[in-house]
Amino acid sequence: MLKFTPEHEWLRIDGDVAVVGITQHAQERLGDLVFVELPETGKSFERGAPAAVVESVKAASEVYAPISGQVVETNQSIVTDPALVNSDPMGNGWFFKLKIADRSEIDSLIDENAYKTLLG
Amino acid sequence: MAINASQSGLKRTPLHDLHLAMDARMAPFAGYELPIQYPLGVLKEHLHTRAAAGLFDVSHMGQIALRPRQGNLADIAFGLERLIPTDVIALAAGRQRYAFFTNADGGILDDLMIAHCGDHLFLVVNASRRAADEAHLRAALSPICAVEVLENRALLALQGPAAEDVLVRLAADIAAMRFMDVRVLTIAGSECLVTRSGYTGEDGFEISIAAADAEKLARELLENPSVAPAGLGARDSLRTEAGLCLYGSDIAENTTPVEAALEWAMPKVRRRTGARSGGFPGAEVILQQLDTGPAKRRVGLRPRTRTPIRAGSLLFAEASASDPIGTVTSGGFGPSLGGPVAMGYVPLAFAAHDAGLFAQVRGTRVPVEVTDLPFVPHRYKRT
Repeated sequence: MLKFTPEHEWLRIDGDVAVVGITQHAQERLGDLVFVELPETGKSFERGAPAAVVESVKAASEVYAPISGQVVETNQSIVTDPALVNSDPMGNGWFFKLKIADRSEIDSLIDENAYKTLLG
Repeated sequence: MAINASQSGLKRTPLHDLHLAMDARMAPFAGYELPIQYPLGVLKEHLHTRAAAGLFDVSHMGQIALRPRQGNLADIAFGLERLIPTDVIALAAGRQRYAFFTNADGGILDDLMIAHCGDHLFLVVNASRRAADEAHLRAALSPICAVEVLENRALLALQGPAAEDVLVRLAADIAAMRFMDVRVLTIAGSECLVTRSGYTGEDGFEISIAAADAEKLARELLENPSVAPAGLGARDSLRTEAGLCLYGSDIAENTTPVEAALEWAMPKVRRRTGARSGGFPGAEVILQQLDTGPAKRRVGLRPRTRTPIRAGSLLFAEASASDPIGTVTSGGFGPSLGGPVAMGYVPLAFAAHDAGLFAQVRGTRVPVEVTDLPFVPHRYKRT
């Protein structure tokens, strides 16, 4: 199940784990990424809390936890090569996996069509 | 994640339509709507400028002509030296110089370029300071000269190692110019005031041209495959790598030229033992700092990790220290270095090359090393 947030994150939900990344639109707006900072495995986030940082040449931006949960895995390959987020944001450019704390939060996420409508 | 939306209701440059036609991402800067980047992106625009040539629209910069009322340019030069701690009198016709206006405390009111154009002086000042500079010049120089803000002109900067090759095809006399030369040349059918200078650390030119002719010239330059349009994003990363100051960030009214490590722009003739020593606002403070050293000093900062350190980050002597010793004034990722670069102010005792400090980034302390500026060597054509 693929879900999105209006803050340009995507989630691929598989059982009680959600893989989180940023959208194609987000990577386009940010431009070439030169630095990624990921959360530590084991850390828990409330929904909407800043969980990761991405930086382009000109600015730093936060990536929020789209739902509450505990980080169970992070994608170190985007730390080594931030450009992976630009080239494959929905695939190999994923950020972290969250163990879902509250499944009811999934209902408030939007689907791909709603996200595309939001982009206009 | 948060993404800033663009804004409107701002002044536009003569190249506005061209920027939109090239799909630039526009953003407000100093009251203007300016291109931050083009589809190529900041990173590649930066690298392209260092490898070939980038074309920047810097028409927001203030262009001011000082014309003598009685035909004597030396009087203007003498008058300007009352405002500026450089040697304006010895500035030869056809030459340009970097300088700054100082205040009574020795702080910097603005930094600027002064070009001697034979019958007048041509100044380029920061957009955010244009009105204040104009008032400052009028108050001091009105009896001597007309202070004319040139409103209907664009300013294009063509920067990078291919800039000469590109321009020489349109104006052969370009090849004879050295760094900081100024010439009036006809380029693509338009009379232009050209200086061999810029804000990237590269060889390059700034071209002042009538607003009505600017787009035609820009399009002609862009036809050359060596030239890519470059926005303010790349301009900022290029000048940071080159160790050049941004007014309002790295220099301001509360930083002196000595604190800012800009004393190289103050020739001996205006220093303590010079023939025209002092006589500019804040001279006592500035000359004293030249003698005994300033309390704080602008330095290069090279982060030891890959974390970019941005303007506003506090600097600490130790990882666990509670009181900051300084502040980062510019910083980000340097594409040509492939890593983060920054500059900021630290007490003189910490300004030595290789001093190890810590910058606070999102609540954690990141090790940084004090380093010489520039990060990327300047490649000006001095001979």
